[in-house]
Amino acid sequence: MQIIIFFLPQLVLLLSMVLVFGIDLVGSNEKKWLPYLALAGSVISLAISLYLFGWVEVTEQTVLGGMIAIDSFALFFQIFAALVAGIIILLSMEYMDERSSSKGEYYSFILLASFSISLLSVSADLIMIFIAFELLSISSYILTGFLRNDGKGSEAAIKYFLYGSIASAMMLYGMSLLYGTTASTNLGQIAQNLSGIDSSLRWVVYPALVLLMVGFGYKTVAVPFHQWSPDAYEGAPTPVTAFLAVGSIGGGFAILIRVMLTGLPDFQVDWVALISALSILSMTLGNLVAISQKNIKRMLAYSGIAQAGYILIGLVSWGGWQAGNVFDGLSGILIYLLVYLVANLGAFAVVIAVENKIGSNQISDYAGLIKRSPLLAGTMVVFLLSLIGIPGTGGFVGKLMVFGAAMNMEYYFLAVIAIINSVIAGFYYLNVIRYMFFQPLDEPAREKIKLTRSLSAVIILTCAFTLLMGIFAQPFIQFVQASLGIVAN
Amino acid sequence: MNFPVLSAITFTPLLLALIVLIIPKSKENWIRWATTILSLIPLALAIYIYIVVQADPGKMHFMEEYSWIPAIDVYYRMGVDGLSAIMLVLTTLLSTLCYYYAIYTIKNRVKEFYFLFLILQVGMSGVFVSLDFIFFYVFWEIGLVPMYLLIGVWGGERRIYASIKFFLYTLAGSMAMLLAIIAVYLETGTFNILEAAAAQPFAGNFVLSAVAFWAFFIAFAIKVPIFPFHTWLPDAHTEAPTTGSVILAGVLLKLGAYGLIRIVLPMFPKPFAYFSYNVPIIPILAVISIVYGALVCMAQWDLKRLIAYSSVSHMGYVTLGISAAAASLALPGGGGPEAVTSAIIGLNGASLQLFTHGIITGGLFFLVGMIYDRTHTRQIKDYGGLGSKLPYYYGIVMVTGFASLGLPGLAGFWSEFFVFRGAFAIMPVYAAIGVLGIVFTAAYILWKIVQFIFLGDFDQEKWDRVTHNAELTDMKTFEKVTMWPLVILMVLIGLYPSLVVRLLNGVSTALFGNF
Repeated sequence: MQIIIFFLPQLVLLLSMVLVFGIDLVGSNEKKWLPYLALAGSVISLAISLYLFGWVEVTEQTVLGGMIAIDSFALFFQIFAALVAGIIILLSMEYMDERSSSKGEYYSFILLASFSISLLSVSADLIMIFIAFELLSISSYILTGFLRNDGKGSEAAIKYFLYGSIASAMMLYGMSLLYGTTASTNLGQIAQNLSGIDSSLRWVVYPALVLLMVGFGYKTVAVPFHQWSPDAYEGAPTPVTAFLAVGSIGGGFAILIRVMLTGLPDFQVDWVALISALSILSMTLGNLVAISQKNIKRMLAYSGIAQAGYILIGLVSWGGWQAGNVFDGLSGILIYLLVYLVANLGAFAVVIAVENKIGSNQISDYAGLIKRSPLLAGTMVVFLLSLIGIPGTGGFVGKLMVFGAAMNMEYYFLAVIAIINSVIAGFYYLNVIRYMFFQPLDEPAREKIKLTRSLSAVIILTCAFTLLMGIFAQPFIQFVQASLGIVAN
Repeated sequence: MNFPVLSAITFTPLLLALIVLIIPKSKENWIRWATTILSLIPLALAIYIYIVVQADPGKMHFMEEYSWIPAIDVYYRMGVDGLSAIMLVLTTLLSTLCYYYAIYTIKNRVKEFYFLFLILQVGMSGVFVSLDFIFFYVFWEIGLVPMYLLIGVWGGERRIYASIKFFLYTLAGSMAMLLAIIAVYLETGTFNILEAAAAQPFAGNFVLSAVAFWAFFIAFAIKVPIFPFHTWLPDAHTEAPTTGSVILAGVLLKLGAYGLIRIVLPMFPKPFAYFSYNVPIIPILAVISIVYGALVCMAQWDLKRLIAYSSVSHMGYVTLGISAAAASLALPGGGGPEAVTSAIIGLNGASLQLFTHGIITGGLFFLVGMIYDRTHTRQIKDYGGLGSKLPYYYGIVMVTGFASLGLPGLAGFWSEFFVFRGAFAIMPVYAAIGVLGIVFTAAYILWKIVQFIFLGDFDQEKWDRVTHNAELTDMKTFEKVTMWPLVILMVLIGLYPSLVVRLLNGVSTALFGNF
């Protein structure tokens, strides 16, 4: 089998990005069909990666001098990235039509950012990781400040950029320490060289580990590296916020998992301690601060921080490579990422639909949404319940798998903190439901909300999948259990 | 393959909910009547199950088992024994009555109301038939959301506060239960409730089994509710719409007690016995619930809140009965056959109380709703002398109230009698204190309800002032139709308790046969 076909999903994303960008430059007339071209690119990429996942035998290996890993774990994130790209493009259509004229640039950056998520997930070398990491960061900065006449957006982009560059720099420093200790940038080689390492040299690896976590923590919005996120989420164009909240976090988790499991398996005890601390902080702080938020984008930002904390539990509870474990931390993470993807993007779709109509993101403006659009209010309930983790929705399956993994590895303390947090989270998610259903509506705001086709497609699809993953979870769990192959050299 | 009766009884309401969703909003009457009439199907199935289960109530019938999520060992498992059958009859009966009553009383957002209520019924029935922990948990939580919305949309003045309190309390309990379920799975390797109970998880390690026991116990205690986890109940009951209160008191509280009997007692007999006898935390909490609940009723002037607190008190009998049964296992020397008999009687009383309290308090909440719809006040002092004006209503309230205070010849008597007959033999001190509750109950029903509302002279001027000239009409036909099935059951069970007890006794005997 030619290796090249494993690059096809990425190449398609990249190619469609170049096409969208290039065609936009030719001629001065407005090209209304550009978003559809971008959409077609992501759909083709999704189709190819699904085909590769389901019908092509994957030989786990690294290629191109150990730079790139080919394994089912990477394929999972190819699917993830293409899915995110497609949904974000659909979410952007109406929103961007009204606010910006430079469509080509916008969609090509969305494609580029999605491409870098998938590149990040296949990187098996520190240099490659850093390149992909920066590619994702830079395209995210640009997207955040894309509406240049919007003061809040520009402020958000600058904050994000300042914070991100410091985090990247620290991560790079950590990488250099790791290189200094092991004389290699290849993850597999690093693991090998670390396995028999002199105990005095371990003291160089610890700071390297912490510095690496600064970078990964910033991408996965783990407390205390989360400070950029509420401002960036609030200021960014809402579809971009959705991208940051789901896509960017997914990319962060992909690389965090690969580095920890294949690069630093000998330091598992140490990174488990570090990550469980981050997880506890993220869950607790994210949830407590989310309670007092009045803007729904900020609330979703803080809730995303808390959700990242739950996902980190899965990594902490990773029980090694042995098979046959029902509650396995890694499959917990992947299923959680999937359910989080559909539920959170669905929630953002509703936020965008409301914002397009009434131009506000205040939670109090969701009052009486059930009267203005039963579809929006009804599906929003499903998304929020999934984020709480109520059975019947995908969120429950995610929580069951992650908490089960924690119990399985006897991290009872983490599991208990996680459930306390789940109850706290119930409060602010219900607050939105309260406004939508219980608050009476002011007379002038009684207008119905009409949905465009692209938005209703996203909302109905994500809602259907949220319920499907809760009720017929089996194929989805099988899917993630088939995605656990990580090439370890 | 046999007809899947249990799937049918559980998911018919779901099908109805989807039908309701399809019927256009403008056809409100279609929604109302279609739901009410079609909800007779699950009721008929429940009665059919009740008849079939008579043959051997201690065993599981109509078992269904399909693989659901094999990747994590989760099965679609259902089965009914005598206890589940009785609870199914209660659930389907009260649901149908609520649909019928709501035809005349719910005027706004009819479609949403019926949709949510039907989903709620799915959750309740599902809990009583599922035999797989995850499956059980799914149904346990499904009921939460519609109830939250029912209180929040159709409730009284403080409905928002009450609804969120209800949701968070229950969520907290069920999250603890989820961890305990996972722990039991990791210990026994199965989510099957019966097999897990037979495997006696953590039997060798008292500390672990005690932790798992408390995780389950607190989850169920919040729902029962047992003091000090009861504070959500008065708010939720008071603010909920009439039908919501009926289902809350009638069925939802029973879910907790059902969990104690079905899951906690068989699976953790040792810690349950230990905390009932050696370190008697549970009977103390039960007795506090009984006496404290009754005392609050004495001081309560809001009629609906009074009934709500009476539920705390009456559900305390259930806890006392179950804990007496558990305590018998810790008696020195096993206590002999006499102790086993007493334990079974106590457990029968507790299970019977689930049913009788369901129909009696369900009825009381209907009755409160009826008077509130006329007067729009719930203050007991605003009424007075209604006995002569509303004789029919007076009569029905008398029967229901007397059933509630345990008058012999009516349903409430037998469950209380059995509970105390069992408890006196095993834990006489707590039983003796608990009996005080019966005295107080008689006091507040006779004094507060009968005397203040119905006796004395009717004062037209005061009536006009507090009710803003409400019309004084006696029970309407639909109200009579709603109440009569409940009243008939109260009398029937009062005269012939074996109707229900035979089934429950089969379950209790089978349970104690395993110990």
